[in-house]
Amino acid sequence: MRPPGCSLSLRPQLLIIFYSDIASMAAIEILGLEKTYHVGFWRKKPKCALKPLHLEVEDGEIFGFLGPNGAGKTTTLKMLMGLVFPTGGSARILGMEINDPRMKAQIGFLPEQPYFYDYLTARELLNYYGQLSGIHTDRRKISEILERVGLPKDGDVQLRKFSKGMLQRAGIAQAILHDPKVVFLDEPMSGLDPMGRREVRDLTEQLKREGKTVFFSTHILSDAEALCDRVAIIHQGTLQGVGAVADLTASVQGKVEIVWQGNTVPASIRGLGADCHVTGDTVRAVIAEVKQDAALEALRRERLRLIALVPVRTSLEEYFMHKVQDAEQAAAVRV
Amino acid sequence: MNMRVAHIARNTFREAVRDRVLYNLIAFALLMSGAAILVGQISIDIERLVVVNLGLTAVSLFGMVIAIFIGIGLVSKEIDKRTLYTVLSRPVRRWEFIAGKFFGLAGTLVVNTLFMAAGVFAALLYVSRHFQHSDGWIMVALYFIVLQFLIITALALLFSSFSSPLLAAVFAFSLFVIGSFAEDLRGFAAMTQGVTKWLASGAAYLVPNFSALNIISMVAHEQGVSRQLIFYNTAYALIYTTMALSGAVLIFERRNLK
Amino acid sequence: MKSARRTAMVAGLLALFSLAGSVFLLRRLDQLRPAGTLEDVLYLPSPKALKRLSLGYDGLMADVYWTRAVQYFGSQHAAGSRHFELLAPLLDIATTLDPHLVVAYEFGSHFLTVKPPNGAGMPQHAIELVKYGIRNNPDNWKLYYDLGFIYYMDLKDYAGAADAFAQGALLPGAHPWMKVLAGRMAEHSGETQTARLMWTATYQETRDPNIRANAGAHLRALQVDEDVTALEALTARYHEKTGQFPSTFADLEKAGMLRGVPRDPLGHTYKLMADGRIEVREPDDFPFIEKGTPPFYTPPRMPKFLPDDYAGKR
Ligand SMILES: Nc1ncnc2c1ncn2[C@@H]1O[C@H](COP(=O)(O)OP(=O)(O)OP(=O)(O)O)[C@@H](O)[C@H]1O
Ligand SMILES: [Mg+2]
Repeated sequence: MRPPGCSLSLRPQLLIIFYSDIASMAAIEILGLEKTYHVGFWRKKPKCALKPLHLEVEDGEIFGFLGPNGAGKTTTLKMLMGLVFPTGGSARILGMEINDPRMKAQIGFLPEQPYFYDYLTARELLNYYGQLSGIHTDRRKISEILERVGLPKDGDVQLRKFSKGMLQRAGIAQAILHDPKVVFLDEPMSGLDPMGRREVRDLTEQLKREGKTVFFSTHILSDAEALCDRVAIIHQGTLQGVGAVADLTASVQGKVEIVWQGNTVPASIRGLGADCHVTGDTVRAVIAEVKQDAALEALRRERLRLIALVPVRTSLEEYFMHKVQDAEQAAAVRV
Repeated sequence: MNMRVAHIARNTFREAVRDRVLYNLIAFALLMSGAAILVGQISIDIERLVVVNLGLTAVSLFGMVIAIFIGIGLVSKEIDKRTLYTVLSRPVRRWEFIAGKFFGLAGTLVVNTLFMAAGVFAALLYVSRHFQHSDGWIMVALYFIVLQFLIITALALLFSSFSSPLLAAVFAFSLFVIGSFAEDLRGFAAMTQGVTKWLASGAAYLVPNFSALNIISMVAHEQGVSRQLIFYNTAYALIYTTMALSGAVLIFERRNLK
Repeated sequence: MKSARRTAMVAGLLALFSLAGSVFLLRRLDQLRPAGTLEDVLYLPSPKALKRLSLGYDGLMADVYWTRAVQYFGSQHAAGSRHFELLAPLLDIATTLDPHLVVAYEFGSHFLTVKPPNGAGMPQHAIELVKYGIRNNPDNWKLYYDLGFIYYMDLKDYAGAADAFAQGALLPGAHPWMKVLAGRMAEHSGETQTARLMWTATYQETRDPNIRANAGAHLRALQVDEDVTALEALTARYHEKTGQFPSTFADLEKAGMLRGVPRDPLGHTYKLMADGRIEVREPDDFPFIEKGTPPFYTPPRMPKFLPDDYAGKR
């Protein structure tokens, strides 16, 4: 049974045919990768972190992996990096098996909340990682990378003196240090200030221009929307959809927030199903986009002064609620 | 040697140095000079004996403590702090990581022992004003002590690959104590009968044999050490270390990192 | 994945081979230094120093040294060695570490006293050991018994033995035999009788199967010695009467000197030799006999004890 909402993803059989024909095209191919953890000390209970996942990321694209907390994003990335062993399924990166050292020489990985050998300086860390990746790193190259991630002056500071955001930047530096073909970033924006976020965004775009594939996970829709060619959305270990962000959110009803002066809510507006809050002498009401005109009409009739009309961005969570409701309804219909 | 193993070993050594592990040498130096001065004062014809006994015992105990307490953290700390993620996502095989960590700590212990050995010889020179031919055996005793460090480091690595650091320390320390009585154990096992004999012998042969590697009191009494003993002890220590490391690799290869 | 399996296989094989290798090397090492750790006692500055060094774990260390003593004794004995020079120092250390380790005095003195190859043949050391034990455990009558035993059996010092038994007899809980033995010692009489009494006492008192077996064998040996003495007296008398030695026990019966064919404690008939001597059929079954052996008989290296002795029946 195919999960509803999977309409945009290719079915496994199709994927296999596709891969065997032009394997070199796909940077990442995930074939039914799944993971069940066993939790508990004595009687271990199975906990499914990722249901069989089929996914394909094309060469040269920026691919967003979206999902709320606990969706299974990190689990997927850890399996791809060979840190955790899958319960089933397989995956290929650049056409090679997980754990193939030749493949690993060509990928970069930023773990979530990265932490590094805190007795090293940023320079020493990058030098060490360069050695492990089998590349030659001289002073100039390291300075260049540090410049790129916004740490131009902190190369000789021990990492134990780094702030959270600085560590995140050092993490990005080590992920792109060896000029990898595919870069995996687990929540690269977390812990960064707005400036930092923009910088990471620019950097990601630059990587794309250099012809690299970027696979990053996040739970912030706007980041994904701004950057990604395509996104995959997962929820509770199940893939909900794959495609461009706009396509995915199109089906969701938009909302607007209307703010006016006063301290009462007219019955006509309440009747539109508005969610209202009164603070001081202003009232804010959130209503569906389609009822926007009716609400404005009501305000004019009541002679209330309009202060603002703002579209409310569809949050990822709402999209999920929507998806999950859809799934439940579909199940009910089928029964 | 595999370059990645060498790099990991070097980084492990650097970590130990930066975490001020070598500061133990200060304590050791204080102990040795205190002992030398004290023994030199009371001078009762056994100064050499006391300095050698005390010095070598201290070398052994200091090193054992370092080997166990760093050894148990070698892998588990990297898993806990998740520093391993960025290492294993590079073209580094898991066994290379284990080997690199082992050689790094082994190198640290060798360097540490070299300094301490210098301290022992300095104290010896202080109390007896000259070296003598039999002092060469002290080198052999020190070499055997380093062999013990290799074994215990490998065991600490093995235990920490499947249990918590604290438990691993307890295991490693118990094996150090039990292993010091390994010859007794084999003797007792030989005295039992039936199934007990099998079980006891099995256990007695599995325990690391530190008895034959401990020749401190022998060299303190200026006894020589046979070439065969040096050869067999070396072979034994290397083989036992290989066994423990293979076990650690076997477990670590399958391990899911949290 | 494939390479992971290869690594696992290599590691597994390495572990197996090195396990086998380590066992092999351990055996070589044990051959290389048969007394291994035990020889350390020769280098110990003094048992007292060791007691200080054992950091309060001297009880445990005493047990270790006591077991080492047992193990050393056992392995030397099994190897047929007549040298037990480490035995006294090992016992010395064990009892210094734990002066209340009564078992070490009892058995230790036994091992030390018995003549090679069954023991170290150092009764003087044994006496010192037991006396040290008595100083530290003055209320233990058994130690007095052991002391008297060694004086009597091995040193033939009847006065010393009498003293030991008499002192031990005064202690609460002392076995009533102690008084009897003290009396016997004072009288110096009936040596065989006394010996029999002491071995019987040992046989019944001890809980150690080896000591019990030893006592059993001694009791049988006493019986044989007595029988052979009596029978040889008969053949001598027969010779006096008739001018020749009896050719069978039937001859003695006909002469009215004997009823039935005499049997040894294991139920075999005695052998009557042409020259009137009496021999046991299986001299190997009777370690410790002084009579009844063929000329030039050498006893086996290991005394033969009977399973019955261990079971405690007789
Ligand atoms: N080592 C583990 N043992 C047991 N369960 C685990 C383990 N790691 C993850 N899980 C479970 O797997 C599920 C997915 O976790 P994962 O870390 O992949 O989520 P995520 O999508 O990265 O979330 P976040 O946005 O919070 O980082 C969670 O329900 C989590 O409880
Ligand atoms: Mg995560």
